[in-house]
Amino acid sequence: MSSIKIELRNEDVAKIKEICTSFNNDPQELINVLHSCQEHFGYLPAEVQEVISGELVVPVAKIYGVVTFYSFFTMTPKGKHPISICLGTACYVRGAEKVLEEFKKELGLNVGQVTKDNKFSLSSLRCVGACGLAPVVLVGDKTYGRVAPDDVRNIIKEYD
Amino acid sequence: METIKLTIDTKEVEVPKGTTINKAAKKLGIDIPTLCYMELKDMNIENKPGGCRLCVVEVQKRRNLAPSCSTNCEEGMVILTHTPRVLNARRTVMEFILSDHPKDCLVCPKSGNCELQSMAHRLGIRDIPGQEYAEMSTYRKDFSPSIIRDLDKCIMCRRCETMCNTVQTVGALSAVNRGFMAAVAPAFEQNLEFSTCTYCGQCVAVCPTGALTEVNHVPNVLRALADPTKTVIVQTAPAVRAALGEMFGMKPGTLVTGKMVTALRSLGFNYIFDTDFAADLTIMEEGTEFLDRLNRHLKGDKTARMPILTSCCPGWVNFFEEYFPDLKDVPSTSKSPQQMFGAIAKTYFADKIKVDRKDLVVVSIMPCLAKKYECQREEFSTDGNRDVDFSISTRELGEFIKQANIDLNNLEEGEFDDPMGESTGAGVIFGTTGGVIEAAVRTAYELQTGKKLERLDFTELRGLKGVRSATIDFDGLPINIGIAHGLGNARKLLDDVRAGKSQFHAIEVMACPGGCIGGGGQPLHHGNSEIIKARAAAIYAEDKSKPLRKSHENPFIIKLYKEFLDKPNSEKAHHLLHTKYFDKKKKIIVKQ
Repeated sequence: MSSIKIELRNEDVAKIKEICTSFNNDPQELINVLHSCQEHFGYLPAEVQEVISGELVVPVAKIYGVVTFYSFFTMTPKGKHPISICLGTACYVRGAEKVLEEFKKELGLNVGQVTKDNKFSLSSLRCVGACGLAPVVLVGDKTYGRVAPDDVRNIIKEYD
Repeated sequence: METIKLTIDTKEVEVPKGTTINKAAKKLGIDIPTLCYMELKDMNIENKPGGCRLCVVEVQKRRNLAPSCSTNCEEGMVILTHTPRVLNARRTVMEFILSDHPKDCLVCPKSGNCELQSMAHRLGIRDIPGQEYAEMSTYRKDFSPSIIRDLDKCIMCRRCETMCNTVQTVGALSAVNRGFMAAVAPAFEQNLEFSTCTYCGQCVAVCPTGALTEVNHVPNVLRALADPTKTVIVQTAPAVRAALGEMFGMKPGTLVTGKMVTALRSLGFNYIFDTDFAADLTIMEEGTEFLDRLNRHLKGDKTARMPILTSCCPGWVNFFEEYFPDLKDVPSTSKSPQQMFGAIAKTYFADKIKVDRKDLVVVSIMPCLAKKYECQREEFSTDGNRDVDFSISTRELGEFIKQANIDLNNLEEGEFDDPMGESTGAGVIFGTTGGVIEAAVRTAYELQTGKKLERLDFTELRGLKGVRSATIDFDGLPINIGIAHGLGNARKLLDDVRAGKSQFHAIEVMACPGGCIGGGGQPLHHGNSEIIKARAAAIYAEDKSKPLRKSHENPFIIKLYKEFLDKPNSEKAHHLLHTKYFDKKKKIIVKQ
């Protein structure tokens, strides 16, 4: 029996409802609704999924299934400066994994985590379409190309 | 209808357009193996994810092998189902599935009844190449009051997901994550207990492996039986007698009422009683409540809501508490037969045999997994002592009987004990969809009209159609009756009630497709709906064979009211035999 209590602010609930309404509360639009909500909140916490479930009349288990299937969706908040390391084929063969390891070490984070001060979050992705610059790192909207493990400390410093 | 001719394994076959290859093959008697595909014929239930890939066949002039469960037949197709290429592919698929499956078959609860195990046997798999270094996915176990999830054994066939979502519309289970992390789980991977699960057990009923099983209460029962300070009594639900025999190799639909009683006596129960007795009692209470509401409604009393909904089925009760809490005053307040039995056993019967209720252990044998949860509900206890202590399923009873070295086949026919073992045919048909309402009609008609019912078989209320309706003539007063089995079908009727569009006076709902005979605790049907039909026929046959077939004629029910309860819906009856429902819908709390 469901016993999980959900806490959200009034304006958050109103925003989710507004997003759902803009897609006519159509269950077929679930992925678009999730996109819009993630754009607004930065991530898709359980509470948000619960409200969407009520609006679109889709079981929340299904919504969770979709959120966990697509790597774009995340249930953990992003940091102020989200760092993404491309692990696409080109970046991978040019040493992206070592770069990722260096970020993990420097920030003390695993993929999907956020620093305690909410400043940085770490994620990996598959191909940003800039294979000529491999390996590629994104920090927020800024792209760094041909990143070597030695560059990592300097990149982080830029945001201190 | 447009038809198509094709050839399968050199045999010609003609099928309607839109038929899949596996169904066309079946028509020729060719049984193409599958693990994920499942169809319950005539019950509108099909699981067709095309996921396991065991059913691949070779289609001439096609480059790739085709999954026969999800490939439609085409004119002139030439199909081969057992070429070396097909058999190799099948073996490889099976080896991959097995490489990520625990190898603890010897001690698995599904051993001997596992479709994966039989498939490995059937395909002649003798080795799992690479199993020493192959990665295995692992997942924590989840124990709920009724169901155990052990997803290490899940093969992602998605049958449970289909039952939970498409058939039952409960939406507790969904495929989550991907790759090795993929699992079927409730939202946010919480335990089942905190999901919208109703414990109907239909996921367990269709699971091909040991991933979903019931919580086993046989050890508790065994301990109680061995305790000399306890008096242990047992009640058996109507659907159990129509299915238990299957576990001992008997033909589906074989009635084993008498043999089951003898087996229970050999197991050491002090009194063998029948839930059918409590079903008769339910009819007295629910029927009286119905007539009271109906007559007040006919007089224009706005507080008398129509329709009345049956409340015997715990999966169904869980469902409306979760999804229709705004309608919680619509169902009958009558407890289920299991709980009525417990309430009477621990008061009336305990007094009669001068045993303190704490020393009286009530065990129920149920075709159901939700009953395990129901008997644990707080409102069904007095001072922490449950009215029904343990509920075990038909499957658990079968295993228990085997462990006790009893062969059901060779037992004499026994008789239930008095006073709670006597029942009418009306009590028996509680086990199948339409049965509760038919039993109610038999009694309500006579109580309302004061006339004797001419015919007792209301065939218009029977059958396997998901939603059924009939109008019964109560001596000039037409009574509209609705029936739904399967929670998805129930939802349709409930939506109408919520919208104020329902024309029914009474609606019967059973959570499981087919009713209790298709319950989550029954011997596994492995996708064969003929088994469920055979059980229904057995139930109606038992009804027909009974000298008394109307609940209000049960002499022990009459005696119970005379000695103890006074009359149906009396104050005492209300206290012992009625309950209330709770709003269990998840609340969204808004922070200011």
